[in-house]
Amino acid sequence: MSETLRSIEEMSEASYEYGFSSDLDTDIAPPGLNEDTVRLISSKKNEPEWLLEWRLKAYEAWKTMEEPDWAKLDIDPIDYQALSYWAAPKKKPVLESMDEVDPEIREMFDKLGIPLHEQKMMSNVAIDAIVDSVSVTTTFKATLAEAGVIFCSFSEAVQDHPELVREHLGSVVPVRDNYFAALNSAVFSDGSFCYIPAGVRCPMELSTYFRINSQNTGQFERTLIVAEDDSHVSYLEGCTAPQRDENQLHAAVVELVAKDRSEIKYSTVQNWYPGDANGVGGIYNFVTKRGRAHTDAKISWTQVETGSAITWKYPSVILQGDRSVGEFYSVALSTKRQQADTGTKMIHIGADTTSSIISKGISAGKGQNTYRGLVKVMRSAENARNYTQCDSLLLGSDCGAHTIPYIEVKNASAQIEHEASTSTVGEDQLYYCRQRGMTEEDAMSMIVNGFCREVFNELPMEFAVEAQRLLSVSLEGSVG
Amino acid sequence: MLHVENLTASIGGTPILKGLDLSVGSGEVHAIMGPNGSGKSTFAHALAGREGYEIGGTAVLDGHDLLAMEPEARAAAGLFLGFQYPVEIPGVNNMYFLRTALNSVRKARGEDEVSARDFLAIANEAMALVEMKQDFLHRAVNAGFSGGEKKRNEILQMAVMQPRLAVLDETDSGLDIDALRVIASGVNSLRGPDRSMIVITHYQRLLDYIEPDFVHVLVNGKIVKSGDRTLALHLEVNGYADFVDGKNEVDGHSLSGATT
Repeated sequence: MSETLRSIEEMSEASYEYGFSSDLDTDIAPPGLNEDTVRLISSKKNEPEWLLEWRLKAYEAWKTMEEPDWAKLDIDPIDYQALSYWAAPKKKPVLESMDEVDPEIREMFDKLGIPLHEQKMMSNVAIDAIVDSVSVTTTFKATLAEAGVIFCSFSEAVQDHPELVREHLGSVVPVRDNYFAALNSAVFSDGSFCYIPAGVRCPMELSTYFRINSQNTGQFERTLIVAEDDSHVSYLEGCTAPQRDENQLHAAVVELVAKDRSEIKYSTVQNWYPGDANGVGGIYNFVTKRGRAHTDAKISWTQVETGSAITWKYPSVILQGDRSVGEFYSVALSTKRQQADTGTKMIHIGADTTSSIISKGISAGKGQNTYRGLVKVMRSAENARNYTQCDSLLLGSDCGAHTIPYIEVKNASAQIEHEASTSTVGEDQLYYCRQRGMTEEDAMSMIVNGFCREVFNELPMEFAVEAQRLLSVSLEGSVG
Repeated sequence: MLHVENLTASIGGTPILKGLDLSVGSGEVHAIMGPNGSGKSTFAHALAGREGYEIGGTAVLDGHDLLAMEPEARAAAGLFLGFQYPVEIPGVNNMYFLRTALNSVRKARGEDEVSARDFLAIANEAMALVEMKQDFLHRAVNAGFSGGEKKRNEILQMAVMQPRLAVLDETDSGLDIDALRVIASGVNSLRGPDRSMIVITHYQRLLDYIEPDFVHVLVNGKIVKSGDRTLALHLEVNGYADFVDGKNEVDGHSLSGATT
């Protein structure tokens, strides 16, 4: 037993594969947050007056709010005045073709394995790449335009489609929603905007890659996806950051609007730098993600969270329209000293609304993994149904798994099911695989990936492979 | 091929194997029989390298010092253990598991990995041996399998792995007669001059289908009697009583006589 345990620990201390930092010439604002910072960001981005007003309103709200402390997270105090709220690669790119992208940025994305260059591109995936705070390039713009799909950086959307942005920004996550959402609303730098017109099935997967490169910067992206009636879109977000000794703050907001009979599938593969084995460095990932599903609409969140020192994230669905559907599929891995408090909120408002939650938490090393989920059935939600399944897998004896479900039901016709399990990777399983010739490391990776199968099945094919590899790398160690 | 000398195994200071000697030549099939708790399964796991035992003595397979090797290295050296209780691995596709297993030992031996297409041919051939349907490959490893399906899956794995030495631990337990026939015919078709087998069983019934060259009686951590197939038939009639109460010396002639 002790031998197995030890090797599990060794495995969970694999080093971070994406810990390089690119030498980009960067334009950074001085640290500190006040009204002037908000004005600076807004003017740097040449924003209309209404957006500045909106930001200032958020800033005022943020000042009066307090950091949430209900999560099962141990967070060192964050000095918001020590952070810089604006960092951009200096050559502000206004690009027509991929060839114009700064070669250093291209090289960085090559290292990440992101096929930015068109020749290398995975077929049918349009990518918006965001370094630090600024969107660097959006590929496949022309193909998307033919279908009437708008996919661009948030800043471009503000300039080119202000009416769409104004109508939907903050409609799902209001500025006062929570501390980090208010902060994001005040200082968000860029992000992605996506609009699918009525009746259109988006011809390709849309994808955004986020990367924090500069030191001491917070990254605050804003993503807004609007799917009009009868439309369909699948969107993937990937994240990495270089290795740094300080903790870096990442507080994003994602809003999804799914109009009648539309479907939005949003997948995340999050691999921010998790910090080292002693808990030094790593990204603080405080993210608010929420969608509003109108009549017969469907919103599906899939997340694979392997990175970040701290993850605080609850992708949620407001099931507003009758017969709307919300889904949440999650794999969260906490190893080293990582802490994850993640889950979802399903708010049933419409009649005959359905939600399902499949959560797989994996804890290794000294990692702490908490599932926190709310299923709320309002009085109006006749015949609402929810199915929740939370499975936890423990690797080793110094880690923890916690499941905290909240269920609030105000309509007696609701059907709520909750299943939870906690298991360890059995010595029997490892032995069985090893007797068949696999190394302990390969066996572990196979068993853990099997545990996550239901969630990986929800990811687009290429990304499922990527997620599987990521999980194996995160668990890899000095064994073998 | 396999030489085991003075093999001991204990768990937490409690001895289970107390000096076991066994030699298995190439192409031979040996049956090990014994009452419950005599150490049959412990012998299988001691050879395969399960953790948790304190082990002594030697076990050499084709010149490999098994007891000094990791379980996966023993597999690569050609040792296959058919589990009495095959382990479930939820979410892992049976075919993927099999191919990973095969390629792991091939890699360890410095051989090329088998492509997905070539593997399918290997798997299909193996599946025919144990009369399995195609969908078997696409289910998760042993998850939700019936007892009989699990045992068939073990033989399927053996057919794919093509081991030098197969140790089959109570492969017959929990099988109805039809399943037993299928499995035995699968095992028989895998017999060959380059492959040896150790068949561990509680009942002689299995040996009606898989005819051993040698039969050994394991009692209280030691092999107390070795003989040919007639020894098993004697046990069928008389049970293990002759061996357990210190009456370890049984006249071979009278044993043969008892069966005629």
